[in-house]
Amino acid sequence: MIYAGILAGGQGTRMGNVPMPKQFLLLNDKPILVHTVEKFVLNPRFNKVIIASPKEWINYTQDILKKFQIDLPNVVVIEGGSERNDTIMNIINYVEKENGDLSEDDILVTHDAVRPFLTHRIIEENIEMGLKYGAVDTTIQAIDTIVESADNDFISDIPRRDIMHQGQTPQTFSMKTIKELYNELSKEEKEILTDACKVFTMKGRKVKLVKGEIFNIKITTPYDLNVANSIIKGSLDK
Amino acid sequence: MINQVYRLVSPRQFEVTYKDKSITANQVVVRPTHLSICAADQRYYTGTRGEQAMREKLPMALIHEGVGEVVFDPTGTFKLGTKVVMVPNLPTESDPNIAENYLRTSRFRSSGYDGFMQDYIFTDTDRLIELPQDIDLDVAAFTELVTITTHALSRFEKKAHARRETFGVWGDGNLGYITCLFLKKLYPDSKVIIFGKTDYKMNHFSFVDDAIKIDAIPNDIQIDHAIECAGGKGSQYALAQIIDHINPEGTISLLGVSEYPIEVNTRMVLEKGLTLIGSSRSGAKDFQRTVDIYKEYTDIVDYLGTIVGEVHTVRDIENITEAFESDLSSSWGKTVMRWMI
Repeated sequence: MIYAGILAGGQGTRMGNVPMPKQFLLLNDKPILVHTVEKFVLNPRFNKVIIASPKEWINYTQDILKKFQIDLPNVVVIEGGSERNDTIMNIINYVEKENGDLSEDDILVTHDAVRPFLTHRIIEENIEMGLKYGAVDTTIQAIDTIVESADNDFISDIPRRDIMHQGQTPQTFSMKTIKELYNELSKEEKEILTDACKVFTMKGRKVKLVKGEIFNIKITTPYDLNVANSIIKGSLDK
Repeated sequence: MINQVYRLVSPRQFEVTYKDKSITANQVVVRPTHLSICAADQRYYTGTRGEQAMREKLPMALIHEGVGEVVFDPTGTFKLGTKVVMVPNLPTESDPNIAENYLRTSRFRSSGYDGFMQDYIFTDTDRLIELPQDIDLDVAAFTELVTITTHALSRFEKKAHARRETFGVWGDGNLGYITCLFLKKLYPDSKVIIFGKTDYKMNHFSFVDDAIKIDAIPNDIQIDHAIECAGGKGSQYALAQIIDHINPEGTISLLGVSEYPIEVNTRMVLEKGLTLIGSSRSGAKDFQRTVDIYKEYTDIVDYLGTIVGEVHTVRDIENITEAFESDLSSSWGKTVMRWMI
């Protein structure tokens, strides 16, 4: 079975002094999260679209889904975790509780709530490759040169740009596999883990790439929100 | 939801734009799956449509021939996953005497209004016609072109006299092929003659009663009714030949589009008492009739399969450009884009 997990767990500290998490800020008068969820609702291959929200914002999330009439039977809101991977594990646990034991073919397409510009193709290829390879990351080829600085003061390395990619989402996993691999990690390993695909690469597993889009931006700063609003409003309505 | 719309912004240049759409606006949401390129799209793509039209109509998403799958339907009319053909004509009023495609207030996709090159299409239920679910979608993609024939034949049936011994079709392109095919099916006792220019194109018309080169039409050839599918300057020469060879009180259906006015030998039109029927585009009724014909004569879909030219998988804007460029250099058949962008 195929599930979507919308990661709306963030408190959005990078957005500056705003009263609510960034996924609820308005993009053309509609919360960013609603834009994102709508795109997933339009893919009938998902058994369920699971939104993981901070505990105190669950009611709010449900209210806005209702307000924008996407409080559909296959859209649910659950509590997220403190870190990205905890949130993913919460979603997997929810699926297990609802549907019993997982098999290799049960995949979860996880996506940042604050990337509303994704396309049908990106979702579709995540599903296809997820079913085939069990682990998928969505990336675009690096545009800027990546500079590594281990001490944040001097350059420690400049990797070859032509083999560098920038990570986006969705990231798609076999739920059974990621859970097993994650549980094998030590507490220290889990602590430095900011990316879910890394669970696979740390264990020497292959992760298939799906081509993202340069416009599949993550709205995390006030600048991003301005850009996103301009992109929509700049597209002449005809 | 943010819907990606792939618009032509200037000749040979597509760009993605973004439109905010709500999925609860009582419209059905369709994911386009197979799109077909029409000569009219190419006139925009290459910029030959005329400077004023280009200025007025661009930026605009092209393509008005396409099929897709219903992915969301708040009206409950269609089951999810239903394969449908989309009607590009969008009427804003109805008239008991004038068909929807002739109402001046109607809009038409890929002519001043965004066509099907979008992530999702939002449309009213009456603009969708359910297809046979096992149909070859590369073929179904250009159903809109087939409805041009269906529509023209419906008008012909209403207006022409009852003798239908011989039909002449001028034009050996895709529309000429479809028209000959439908005439043979709908009037199995009539003789259908294709009048064309190019040998290898005319060789495709395996089902007609006769194929005649337009530079060698025997003087004694006579037809009861004619359908002109030539278009462009060729319409003028076709019409002149038709007027020469048609029997009195015959009907001439004009289907070919010409950017410039053409000359007509009205003296002989008058003398023979001919009826000229203009025919353009089609409406939802014609789509329904076409799909009904697909179901009744299943071999029609197979025949139409022989005019599928190139099939392109489209995953990004470069692929769209490749499909349009390749279509330009293709001399026969329909170019289909499998829409996976």
